[in-house]
Amino acid sequence: MIATLSSKKQNRLPRILEHASGDKRFKILEAHMKKHQYNQDALIEVLHKAQELFGFLEDDLLLFIACKLKLPASRVYGVATFYHFFTLKPKGQHTCVVCMGTACYVKGADRVLAALEEKTGIKAGETTADNQVSLLTARCIGACGIAPAVVYDGVVTPRQTAEKAVEQLKGWTGHDH
Amino acid sequence: MIIDDLTEITEKELASRKKFTIRCCVAAGCVSSNSVGVKEALERAVRDAGLEDQVEVRGVGCMKLCCQGPLVQVDERNESPGATVEIRSVDTGPLYQKVTPEDASALIGTLQGGSSNLSQADPKHPFFAEQLPIVLANSGVIDPDRIESYIAAEGYQALHDVLRELTPKDVLDSVLQSGLRGRGGAGYPTGLKWGTVAKTPGTQKYVICNADEGDPGAFMDRSVLESDPHSVLEGMAIAGYAVGASQGFIYVRAEYPLAITRLQTAIKQAKQLGLLGSGIFESPFNFNIDLRIGAGAFVCGEETALMASVEGKRGTPRPRPPFPAESGLYGCPTLINNVETFANIAPIIRKGAEWFSGIGTEKSKGTKVFALAGKITNTGLIEVPMGTPLRKIVELMGGGAPDGGQIKAVQTGGPSGGCIPADALDTPVDYESLTQLGSIMGSGGMIVMDETTRMVDVARFFMEFCMDESCGKCIPCRAGTVQMHEILTRILNRKATRRDLEKLEELCDMVRHTSLCGLGQTAPNPVISTLRYFRNEYSELLVEDAYGPRRNGNGQCAQPTADSTL
Ligand SMILES: Cc1cc2nc3c(=O)[nH]c(=O)nc-3n(C[C@H](O)[C@H](O)[C@H](O)COP(=O)(O)O)c2cc1C
Ligand code: FES
Repeated sequence: MIATLSSKKQNRLPRILEHASGDKRFKILEAHMKKHQYNQDALIEVLHKAQELFGFLEDDLLLFIACKLKLPASRVYGVATFYHFFTLKPKGQHTCVVCMGTACYVKGADRVLAALEEKTGIKAGETTADNQVSLLTARCIGACGIAPAVVYDGVVTPRQTAEKAVEQLKGWTGHDH
Repeated sequence: MIIDDLTEITEKELASRKKFTIRCCVAAGCVSSNSVGVKEALERAVRDAGLEDQVEVRGVGCMKLCCQGPLVQVDERNESPGATVEIRSVDTGPLYQKVTPEDASALIGTLQGGSSNLSQADPKHPFFAEQLPIVLANSGVIDPDRIESYIAAEGYQALHDVLRELTPKDVLDSVLQSGLRGRGGAGYPTGLKWGTVAKTPGTQKYVICNADEGDPGAFMDRSVLESDPHSVLEGMAIAGYAVGASQGFIYVRAEYPLAITRLQTAIKQAKQLGLLGSGIFESPFNFNIDLRIGAGAFVCGEETALMASVEGKRGTPRPRPPFPAESGLYGCPTLINNVETFANIAPIIRKGAEWFSGIGTEKSKGTKVFALAGKITNTGLIEVPMGTPLRKIVELMGGGAPDGGQIKAVQTGGPSGGCIPADALDTPVDYESLTQLGSIMGSGGMIVMDETTRMVDVARFFMEFCMDESCGKCIPCRAGTVQMHEILTRILNRKATRRDLEKLEELCDMVRHTSLCGLGQTAPNPVISTLRYFRNEYSELLVEDAYGPRRNGNGQCAQPTADSTL
């Protein structure tokens, strides 16, 4: 078992490295690792940067990082899956993050989320089939004073209701962008 | 950098003050209501009115009444000769609320005697008047992006005095005498913790600032970092001197991008001025601070998990002892404190331990910042002396439940805390009283619930949180939270019987006593406290046992009377 796993990786690595040499984003990522002196402790920082550059953490990308930081792939994968912030699946064109922290929850964030789930036909954590909208939840984004808060494409929007949220999504779920 | 440089910066900063300072909140709460747009509109309006030499538009940190943002305050210069520091009393000028960019020219017009019908907050309202700002003293006053602004408010004075005039032992004594206790939750005396780290031998020691703020529903630490980042840096440097550490880390959550940017700016500026780095204030003391960005795991607020995360590993806790003070980051003695704890240090050094210990109650000294949210009229940040009755906070300052609702309970301590029922509102807020009520002080989240909130639902909400956030290392927490969540869901769906409730209570007890870290040990708290005060809400949802009455070992029916005691 171990042999097959490692041999698979052996086969993949040269291909990944070759692919990486043609992609500018890998260069930026490597520069970032260099800034941290390829320090293994900097793994989380590197993963942050990788996700910022690529949007999500693909297997190949994780292997690339493991190879460069001289870490076992299991360790990189283990860390990437441990933290909620890292996603191993691509996100849709638009993201909609509903805060489900306590303050937002008691002010009806669950109803906002339910309305959005109904409207998009997906559950929290999923992306629509046309790859337009990813619906996510967060545990308090620190905007409790203006609860319930929803983040649409990175913009924190205060005092949401089910109607307001569905309205906001209308522009996204249509045929155009 | 020597003391004269600090004085020079202060004088220059004060001399450059224009007749009016317009403070516009640029902390995250107001930013999400477009306060950046308001600030730009104000700057434009000042230019249009040709008032550039008289008016400064300044982006500042949180002005506390977040629900009415964006907030803008006009402050006219205090000409009194004794004014050496920034003017900082809240009642100096009108405080405008819900300002829009369109309001900008009318607002600037008022400076020239014009009238306006802009909506104003009342600075005399108890929400402001009852506050005692120590940690938040600079919040909403200084410009968090400029170190000069912090220096002009006596910033880095304490660090200077410590490095040039005090021995590490003096600093330890001061902190111990002040009676400061950790603001991260458990309330361990800060002076004792520092003393242990100082005593432990080691060539390399670390200082860590816990800015993970995991409690969903709390935003005090974020506000401090966004409004006054240098106060945390200064506190950490003083701690480094006292315990003999030369490297600090701030572990801040990735969900706070603005706080991260402000901290990066602050660290850079402090380094440029030589207030961090080597030979600070021409003393032999070196201190550097690096940022570590979290990645969204509640358990990383727990100190041993946090250190694993700083080392770039999965954030799983380990058993204590050894405590971080003895063996922490990379096996070295490590001091770990909360943001608010560090922010208290410089004021304690500046004003003395006695001043600090004169505030608060016998066992809980100083002030505490609370993030007031939920079903309450005035949501935002408040800083009050320890021992302030809960009723004063939620009813007088917070203005009670909105739309004439009735407050039913106040939740403190987040997922590790409990619900305090309305009839216990007269309790003074301090570590011991809250623990007695079955809740905890926690990091300062205070969520108000009214009669529309269903307590079983709240308990399930927190259990779901703990279930998601359990790191999975120990079984009681990993499996126990799933089972408790399942039972709570069944209760809510009216599918549970009295036996299920008994099982739930047994599970609470088991998880609490056998879990590895604080997450599991406190996960049952929301259930236990709601059962204690709102048991009837549970029993109302129970259904008859389909298997008939429970039988004891002799084949006899157990007395069903217990039902009525539920
Ligand atoms: C599950 C869990 C989560 C925690 N989250 C935080 C947190 O978000 N912020 C914090 O300052 N302390 C948190 N703590 C407490 C820390 O472990 C630690 O006690 C604290 O940072 C010490 O600082 P203090 O002495 O200044 O309070 C948490 C503890 C547990 C068990
Ligand atoms: S609970 Fe939603 S922002 Fe804090």
